[in-house]
Amino acid sequence: MGLARRIIPCLDVKGGRVVKGVNFVALRDAGDPVEIARRYDEQGADEVTFLDIAASAEERDLILPIIEEVSAQVFIPLTVGGGVREVKDVRRLLNAGADKVSINSAALQRPDLVSEASGFFGAQCIVVAIDARRAATASGWGVFTHGGRRPTAWDAVLWAQEVARRGAGEILLTSMDRDGTREGFDLELTRTVAEAVGVPIIASGGVGNLQHLCDGVRVGQADAVLAASIFHYGEFTIRQAKEAMDAQGIEVRL
Amino acid sequence: MRIAVVDYGMGNLRSVARALNRVAPEAEVEVTDCPERLRAAHRIVFPGQGALPDCMRRLHERHLLEVVQELMRTRPFLGICLGLQVLFDRSEEGDVAGLGLLAGKVCRFPEDRFGPRGERLKVPHMGWNEVHATREHSLWRGLAPDSRFYFVHSYYVQELNEAECAATTTYGFPFTSAVIRDNLCAVQFHPEKSAAAGLTLLSNFVHWTP
Repeated sequence: MGLARRIIPCLDVKGGRVVKGVNFVALRDAGDPVEIARRYDEQGADEVTFLDIAASAEERDLILPIIEEVSAQVFIPLTVGGGVREVKDVRRLLNAGADKVSINSAALQRPDLVSEASGFFGAQCIVVAIDARRAATASGWGVFTHGGRRPTAWDAVLWAQEVARRGAGEILLTSMDRDGTREGFDLELTRTVAEAVGVPIIASGGVGNLQHLCDGVRVGQADAVLAASIFHYGEFTIRQAKEAMDAQGIEVRL
Repeated sequence: MRIAVVDYGMGNLRSVARALNRVAPEAEVEVTDCPERLRAAHRIVFPGQGALPDCMRRLHERHLLEVVQELMRTRPFLGICLGLQVLFDRSEEGDVAGLGLLAGKVCRFPEDRFGPRGERLKVPHMGWNEVHATREHSLWRGLAPDSRFYFVHSYYVQELNEAECAATTTYGFPFTSAVIRDNLCAVQFHPEKSAAAGLTLLSNFVHWTP
């Protein structure tokens, strides 16, 4: 037995509240990030990711007290992403209690940000989020920004290798073709990137059932799988997801 | 009881302090780099993330080398992650000397290794892995055998004294994931991020009488 594959629920946060309402039984406040994170911890989540979808910098600061409060009550790794533009944004989130900070479009605008943040704080806390979709690039997938609408000059595999070389400790790989479809991960994309880089890959985008999570690991070779809606609406618990993975011979923390 | 968390500017120190507050609500937990405050504490926790050369440099810059080495010999002392690696003679990382309290050297996990199921073993070793206690100790009290803890590291210790190894973990091959000698213990994983198992271990440390 060895390292377990991780299951990571992802919460969208705006103005200090969880949006896209989470629907747990007997939750006092469906938008309270602290209570929701605690529920996921109790279900056996291996990490929790907060994605700040705030529109402005002022609104974004509202996540800091939340991170503080969650990290005082939930003792599993916390990743925070959204709006991270400079090294000082990374520092602020880490100081509030985040264990890892995820960088997306700012890394594309200025790849040195990845090297600098990793140099200051260590590769273990720098995640680079890559939004990929099928495109006429070398590998067949390109890197996109603006929710998958705007293409960049980067091929997804080359960009993954570039950020790993610059010191990203982990890559959060989202298929924008699959995101929101509930048709499952883009397994070809996941596997291609997972085999091309030496750092762990989190698969994201498209999970609609528990078999999709299993396929992400078995077929896609992902080190971790991230999902939002199948957990938020109470369809499945993290525990059920882990039992399904365990039944298929995938090592998990039960 | 006063517990001091050594602040040398690296790693998620507040997470460690928060977890200690949780398991020892009666204790006074302080994150500090002041030698007097450190000496006034009954127990010392030495966390750390990042690179060993930076760790040694910052300990030096903050004039903490002497006090930390003293407390490692005189207080119940818990090193976490980099706080384990720093105890040894030498590290491949930047080819620097560690504190040399324990014999052994710190090496990087080789790249391009594959596990028993053909899976590529990524570096950093990141996630929940099993910790197999190799000797009985009150640090392991109340923990199921081979409990999982959260790891995130690219370096591990080898060529250490077997008598000082307290647990192993397998990542392609077994490596030492905990060491104990007298009043000194150190773990490669992060108990402060390891849910119930981690809190149990921290509670055991807080109640440990070497």
